[in-house]
Amino acid sequence: MNGLRKLTDKIKPAFEKGGKLGFLHSTFDAFETFLFVPDTVTKRGAHVRDSVDLKRILIIVVLALVPAMLFGMWNVGYQHSNAFGLGWGFWQMFWYGLVKVIPLYLVSYIVGLGIEFISAQIKGHEVSEGYLVSGMLIPLIVPVDVPLWMLAIAVAFAVILGKEVFGGTGMNIWNPALLCRAFLFFSYPSKMSGDTVWTGGLSRYLTEGTAYATDGNGLVDAFSGATPLAHPSIEGLQQAGTSFMDLFIGTVPGSVGETSVIAILIGAIILIWTGVASWKIMLSSVVGGLAMGYLGYACGVTDLPGYYQLVLGGFAFGTVFMATDPVTSAQTETGKWIYGFLVGALTVTVRLFNPGYVEGMMLAILLMNTFAPLIDYYVIEGSIKRREKKVKVA
Amino acid sequence: MSNNITLKRGLDIPISGEAAQKIKKAVVPDVVAVKPTDFRGLLPKLLVKEGDSVLAGTPVLADKLSPGIVFSSPVSGTVQAVVRGEKRKLLEIRIKADETQKYVDFGIQKVKDLTADQIKEALMKSGLWPALVQRPYGVLANPDIRPKAIFVSAFSTAPLAADIDYALRDEFDNIQTAVNALAKLTDGGIHVSFNSVNYNGTPFHKLENVIQHTFTGKHPAGNVGIQIHHISPIRKGETVWTVSPLMLAAIGKLFNTGKYDMTRRIAVTGPKAVDPCYVTALPGMAMADIKEFYDNSARDIRFISGDVLTGTNVGEDGFLGFYDSQVTLIKEGREHEMLGWAKPFRSNLFSASRTYFSWLTPNRRYDMDTNLHGGVRAFLMNDVYGKVLPMDIFPVYLTKACIAGDIDKMEKYGIYEVLEEDLALCEYVCPSKIDIQAIISDGISLMMKEME
Repeated sequence: MNGLRKLTDKIKPAFEKGGKLGFLHSTFDAFETFLFVPDTVTKRGAHVRDSVDLKRILIIVVLALVPAMLFGMWNVGYQHSNAFGLGWGFWQMFWYGLVKVIPLYLVSYIVGLGIEFISAQIKGHEVSEGYLVSGMLIPLIVPVDVPLWMLAIAVAFAVILGKEVFGGTGMNIWNPALLCRAFLFFSYPSKMSGDTVWTGGLSRYLTEGTAYATDGNGLVDAFSGATPLAHPSIEGLQQAGTSFMDLFIGTVPGSVGETSVIAILIGAIILIWTGVASWKIMLSSVVGGLAMGYLGYACGVTDLPGYYQLVLGGFAFGTVFMATDPVTSAQTETGKWIYGFLVGALTVTVRLFNPGYVEGMMLAILLMNTFAPLIDYYVIEGSIKRREKKVKVA
Repeated sequence: MSNNITLKRGLDIPISGEAAQKIKKAVVPDVVAVKPTDFRGLLPKLLVKEGDSVLAGTPVLADKLSPGIVFSSPVSGTVQAVVRGEKRKLLEIRIKADETQKYVDFGIQKVKDLTADQIKEALMKSGLWPALVQRPYGVLANPDIRPKAIFVSAFSTAPLAADIDYALRDEFDNIQTAVNALAKLTDGGIHVSFNSVNYNGTPFHKLENVIQHTFTGKHPAGNVGIQIHHISPIRKGETVWTVSPLMLAAIGKLFNTGKYDMTRRIAVTGPKAVDPCYVTALPGMAMADIKEFYDNSARDIRFISGDVLTGTNVGEDGFLGFYDSQVTLIKEGREHEMLGWAKPFRSNLFSASRTYFSWLTPNRRYDMDTNLHGGVRAFLMNDVYGKVLPMDIFPVYLTKACIAGDIDKMEKYGIYEVLEEDLALCEYVCPSKIDIQAIISDGISLMMKEME
């Protein structure tokens, strides 16, 4: 440990202003602060500071995503095995998923962090660690078969136009990970929706006739490949052989990390317990989803009881990990209730009334990201007016 | 008490080194300093030069804008040096104390028989007028106005702060005298706030001629700014004064003895303090006078006049501030910690958040140091600040308005009601490591400039 510190101290001067490699200052700094908590001391204001920093907070979010990621990897293999009737065991499934998902992560992090480093370098800032979470999220919200070059373009779009042009982490209006997904969705719809994109290896099978190198297994007869959201009715789910518990556990096709409500709930508990994400947003989003779901049920728009809406598609994932992004959600406590409720309600509204576009979570959150500052504005105005009145009376 | 105000939000910082309630020694002053930097916005005018001899109570400085306000030497002796900084800014007047102390005799006066103007004159002449702090902005009180009210916090919740009941145990009569005097300067009365937990334990609940309030809660419940916010918020155009019990005692002594006697009990505290306890000393006391409390052979101690949240880093050669009754000694945290942020347990560090496990040991005290524990980033988390600020304002919005220099918004978000100290805890918990107090301070300076 000490040796590493000594080495760092030895090469540090070269990276400082005027040093031989001074132009790489931000990059060096990013690696140094990754390895070591900086030795900076307080200069102005409070002389002692809390031990929590952004790296710690973001690593907690990454940790909370791990159950969903691990389950997603297994599920990729499970769906593949089912589709081709391979009858794999647990480790085979997991291994297949690992091999499919790791490249998504590599692309996400290399492209995203690459851009973060370059722009920090240009601006002469420290590299912000915000992308650690975005990079973790992106592979979990795309279909596993998405071509890597598309993902790379989408990540670049999201980081540059979604974040850096606004000034970097903390300044952005929209959630970068969702922006990445939205870019993919509208630019390459054939790779982002339909029945064939959700099962790993299926795209390749359809074009090249082979899905798995070792044998020429064809698709099993009963294969549909559609996500449960494609047939959101009791009858539709029954025909596909999907029970509520399947949806809850997550053994259904879908984006990599979004299917398992259990894994997401583990993440939610971590986030709420550590106070990193707002339970108010999560709760109100669930309430909003349920309210709209039951309203639709009561009016006969759907025959699915409201609680189904919570386990279908990306609702749980979006509610726990996306809507709660502290930068792009509402900032005021009252605003969070309104914001969360509208995210949930809009998601289900889109699902119920737009058969052509069944997953409302992404656009509901992006839309509410847009309106979050407006919500905050009115909450604050209201609070100031109320106080003025109170003071006048007193 | 019927009008108890309970504050749910706040945080008591569990730092080690609380002062034991005993007096280790009475510091015999050697060199003391009068520091114009203790007063916000003061343009000082020097009244003495090197070599002049002064008595305790002789004015050494005056306010250029309001020449009636003077600042007095706390000791009798000889002016040793006038220390200036950049751009010849006046930093310190160092006075070498005589062996026996002689005081300027201001005459014993019966407060009952004095008019408001006579009281003002007595305070201004003696150098005790600066004891009164005016809000908004926390500046020297303007003698030409009658404030809405005067507020006193009779307890402190700041980390390791001197226990007012102990430090001012013998000063009840003086404080009562001062209350009677100041009550003539306002129509709104003297509002004194007590800690509800210790209401019956403190002698000061027997003070007369005051309006009493009690508060329940963690720090910053003892900050007078928080108390004003809940008792009678400051609106645009209003002015209130605040004064600490410590200063009340000095004001009382002026009327009861005719002397400018600033002697006070000072808590020497902090993780780096050896046998932390109290000393009797004067404001302007040199840190060198409390040598037995520290071992700075490694040159790694920070000397803070005041508490760890709001105090001033004065250095080993520095002096105690005018308003302070506490010295905090902590370690400079100039160490790199390998992968610190990723370690699951950092059990020797405290965090108010649950991202570490210090919530499991709520009674533990921590040897905190001055490390920033991270890099400076943009505001990201938005709900951590409100949890430690028991005020009905939006701290992040206020801070951002200050950064932007937007006067209208600063006004709207409550700049009149806060001083840096009220948002010190927001700064402490900030995971983005933003210097919120400095930003608020700049904001207040801007307001003062623009609103004149």
